Amino acid sequence: MTLEESKQSVIDDFSMFDEWLDKYSYLIELGKKLDTFPESLKTDERLIKGCQSRVWLNAEMRDGALVFTADSDAIITKGIISLLIGVYSGRRPEEIASDDFAWIEEIGLKENLSPTRAGGLMAMIERIKELARNEH
Amino acid sequence: MVPVFPQLSEKVYGKSLVYLDNAATSLRPQSVIDKWTEISAKKNSNLHRAVHKIASEATEEYENARKIVAEFIGADSPSQIVFTSGTTASLNLLTFSFGEAFVGAGDEIIIAGSEHHSNIVPWQMLCERKGASIKVLPVDENGRLQIELLPSLISQKTKIVCVAQVSNVLGLINPIDKIVEICHSQNIPVAVDGAQAVAHLEVDVKSLGCDFYAFSGHKMYAAPGTGVLYGSRDWLDRLPPYMGGGEMIQTVRWSGTTYAKAPQRFEAGTQNISGVPTWGPAIEAVRHLRKNDGEMEEIRDYLLAELPAIDGLRLYGIPSSREEKIPLFSFAIDGVHHEDLALILDKMGIAVRSGQMCAEPLMDRFGVTGMLRASFAPYNTLKEAEYFVESLHKAIAMLR
Repeated sequence: MTLEESKQSVIDDFSMFDEWLDKYSYLIELGKKLDTFPESLKTDERLIKGCQSRVWLNAEMRDGALVFTADSDAIITKGIISLLIGVYSGRRPEEIASDDFAWIEEIGLKENLSPTRAGGLMAMIERIKELARNEH
Repeated sequence: MVPVFPQLSEKVYGKSLVYLDNAATSLRPQSVIDKWTEISAKKNSNLHRAVHKIASEATEEYENARKIVAEFIGADSPSQIVFTSGTTASLNLLTFSFGEAFVGAGDEIIIAGSEHHSNIVPWQMLCERKGASIKVLPVDENGRLQIELLPSLISQKTKIVCVAQVSNVLGLINPIDKIVEICHSQNIPVAVDGAQAVAHLEVDVKSLGCDFYAFSGHKMYAAPGTGVLYGSRDWLDRLPPYMGGGEMIQTVRWSGTTYAKAPQRFEAGTQNISGVPTWGPAIEAVRHLRKNDGEMEEIRDYLLAELPAIDGLRLYGIPSSREEKIPLFSFAIDGVHHEDLALILDKMGIAVRSGQMCAEPLMDRFGVTGMLRASFAPYNTLKEAEYFVESLHKAIAMLR
């Protein structure tokens, strides 16, 4: 799937639900399905600041692509980071760095989170961009 | 007159709002909104200074509020009521003024282990400036203050003891009278944070016997940006000013300045002209709502029974008898993050608080990263409490 196709797939999935409670259920399921993250990777450098719950994001270069893995102690946050890395993991750093992340506005995630949580989402996006720029 | 709270009829996500974040801030009755509007629209003028008609009306409203507040908490005189912007400002004022005059290197301050950051951080800042230190009066597993340890914490160097009447996390009513008895037998003053108490309990500063009592208006229906520091006559007169500026002086010369008496000594600068007069209608609302408090007790008893019955739920702040708890419930649930719960409940129309609730040392005491808190006010109903429990069950099922 191309980056654009991957984004569209998330937008389509999200638009299946009318109620925000159902969208949360979807995020919760995504969070539960996220691969196990090794405890040894839960370091301060991988911790994303600005989130009320704790989020760790790890990035590794594999064959020219940036592979993300992540974890959180809160399940909805875990669903959100799962959504993000599902779209961006395995892509070339320059592709990620030059992306506008506008699809997040399109699914309305930001407006439906509390300001502290929305701040956390922005911090996750910033970290993904930063990691991509560093490898770029 | 029955107070009407317009925000109660608001909808969130198409659902009726169930507001259970009253410990953070209460809703405002129409009478408070009307008073604020009336002053802003018709009586806006700076206080105490000018001779014109509007200035005297604004000043009268402001000083009348002082009388109402003094009577409300049983103070001997309105001059013992210092207006501030809230409990935090009251405690910062106290810490600075008291600390400047009475705390030196090597001195000790005793603070309860369940305090809000507002009753911790200003004292830590003072200790850093003065080379003093803090001793903690711990809470037990149930969240009850271990008063029996207080005498052993007190030393020759103890300058003041600081405690909330009701903890903002535990909702337990602390035995202020006993603390005061122990402290006064050693001539040590007691400062009480009353922020969570005033909307729920009949407060009488004389029968409590405390030397200082701080509280906010916004947690008891008054305008935000209103607060009070009560001080016993003896102590207030001995405290140096906190902020310098207009209205707090007697005479100002290049050779030196003399200060006004309390409370003006502590009210430098332009005060909350529109907000302070809302203490009147807010106190009226408190009195009215207290008369119908039968339902509050039902809510408290219902939740004290229902919450601990939830699988994996740990309730913090378990009273030795029901009367020792206000309807404020903080808890954590095994395997479920407090923030996830708050997000789901929000979508169900329920406003609750999640996180550390400005009491990190207490979170550390119980070994949690945060809690969920539901805090009720007299305008909440038993029906809402039942909806809360039902929704909580649903949210847990979604998250587990």
